[in-house]
Amino acid sequence: MPAILLDGWLFIAPVIVASNLVKRFGNLVAVDNISFTVEEGEIFGFLGPNGAGKTTAMKMIQCVSPGSGGKLTVFGMDVNTEQRKIKRLIGVVPQENNFDPDFTVYENLLVYSRYFDIPRRDAEKTISELLDFVQLDEKKDTMIEHLSGGMKRRLILARALVNRSRLLILDEPTVGLDPQARHLIWDRIRKLQAQGSTIVLTTHYLEEAARLCDRLVIMDSGKILVEGKPDELVRDYIGTEIVEVQNGPEAVACLDRIAAKYETIGDMIQVYTDDPQKVANALLEECRPGHVVARKATLEDVFLKLTGRKLRE
Amino acid sequence: MYLEIPQLTGSVWKVWLRNRDVFMKTFRVNFIPPFIQPLLYLLAIGFGVGTFVNTVDGMPYPKFIAPAIIATGIMNSSFFECTFATYVRMYFQKTFDAIIATPLSIEEVIVGELLWGATRSTIDTILMLPVLAAFGVLEFPQSLLVIPFAFIGGFLFATIAMCFTAITPNIDSLNYPSFLFVTPMFLFSGTFFPLSLLPQPVQYMALAVLPLTHVVIIVRSFTTATLSGMVLLSLGWIVLVSLLFFLLSVNLMKRRLIA
Ligand SMILES: Nc1ncnc2c1ncn2[C@@H]1O[C@H](COP(=O)(O)OP(=O)(O)OP(=O)(O)O)[C@@H](O)[C@H]1O
Ligand SMILES: [Mg+2]
Repeated sequence: MPAILLDGWLFIAPVIVASNLVKRFGNLVAVDNISFTVEEGEIFGFLGPNGAGKTTAMKMIQCVSPGSGGKLTVFGMDVNTEQRKIKRLIGVVPQENNFDPDFTVYENLLVYSRYFDIPRRDAEKTISELLDFVQLDEKKDTMIEHLSGGMKRRLILARALVNRSRLLILDEPTVGLDPQARHLIWDRIRKLQAQGSTIVLTTHYLEEAARLCDRLVIMDSGKILVEGKPDELVRDYIGTEIVEVQNGPEAVACLDRIAAKYETIGDMIQVYTDDPQKVANALLEECRPGHVVARKATLEDVFLKLTGRKLRE
Repeated sequence: MYLEIPQLTGSVWKVWLRNRDVFMKTFRVNFIPPFIQPLLYLLAIGFGVGTFVNTVDGMPYPKFIAPAIIATGIMNSSFFECTFATYVRMYFQKTFDAIIATPLSIEEVIVGELLWGATRSTIDTILMLPVLAAFGVLEFPQSLLVIPFAFIGGFLFATIAMCFTAITPNIDSLNYPSFLFVTPMFLFSGTFFPLSLLPQPVQYMALAVLPLTHVVIIVRSFTTATLSGMVLLSLGWIVLVSLLFFLLSVNLMKRRLIA
């Protein structure tokens, strides 16, 4: 880790620094001039609708997709010139599983270790630790096709760790998993952070991002819309609470009267507020709406507010 | 830029080892065709059709076609390996994506695949030799030279096959090079009748553009123990063309896979 001692101050250099990063595929701009910094030991999230450019950004960090512009360093090394050194230090969970179907669980990890020049004895030791870590000891000799979706995701996390990586790139690590499997992965991700790993992840589960990420960015159409800590983003963009009420002229008039901040979504109105009691009371007393619900504002509200409700291709 | 020289390390062998490990897991299936095919060709064409043929270039017909059977085997093994098998690994299994997330580069993956293709040709040749030898159509010990040569010949076809794989839009389109390139070569490369039966210009064409012609010339000179200067000429042709397609295949694949 590049740490610089200057005037008695210890500066820990960030693990990833991206400035004005661009990636074009022909005319399409998949990553459009983004800048971000990932500090050592943090969990940094990338959120965004389908096609936002998350995977593309992950692949650039992994040094497998050369940029069209801007600068990107990982562990202080340029991704365009030091791919081999960088790749030695990172572990990758790709969005789509890409195991060797001809090998068993154990063989998959063993063959993968070989790509990192890990001596066989060390690899065997690491692999049994990792299989234990992701609770797959019993599936050691199973062929990949006989694993469930959740087991495959756990196995691919284990594979990303064979080189004892210090930086993990997890592209939708919990995609398609049941709540149990998801919680297990969350727990493991936190353990890895506690052991000192830096983790970059993408996800479509906003709750997951809110629980795991120290900081995150929300992307759309290749651009970063916002960056921040999950709770701060919720507070800054929504407020702490949301009151939902049935849409109707009376409710609208009432909300306008108390100058509430609200948005109409189909037959529902969402009121953003730090004082749900006041809003609810006003609504109940003055316009007798059909249905009023107050709830905590979440990252999902921020996400929908910023990226809109239109379906993506 | 299509002929850029790739930067490679010893990691190339990790890819080769991966393919070998898969091969060993399924070896029972892999070992059968190289035994059966020469047998069928030799019986049907060598001893079947051969009864209507006296001698070719002064040798019995089965002896004439035995090297063609080996040369065709060399071609088919690595050509199939680096077209269909490589395509499956690249596109359906995403094996290359998995490997390039490790310190290996895409160039190293492709070169590992090419070396494995050449190895498949060599393995199949080793399996074919005893079958043909049992019929007494090979001269020994010269025929043993075919084994190391199978790697060189196999590499040639591997590089050509890889270029097709790099540009094919989908797996079905890989049938075109099989029909339009491999099959004509199988028939017109001095395999089952001597090149000299063809009109002069066609002979030159075959020598210039059909790689199998040169592989047949070399294998035949080994199995019939008639080494001549022609062998060196053909070897030179093979080395040059391999080099060209080697560079081309690596760069085309890189272009395809690294968007
Ligand atoms: N190799 C490629 N060639 C051409 N276009 C590509 C390529 N890879 C990605 N794209 C395009 O770049 C854009 C961003 O894709 P990307 O996969 O990064 O999105 P994403 O945010 O990961 O989406 P998802 O949530 O669906 O995984 C999309 O419009 C996609 O079609
Ligand atoms: Mg993605």
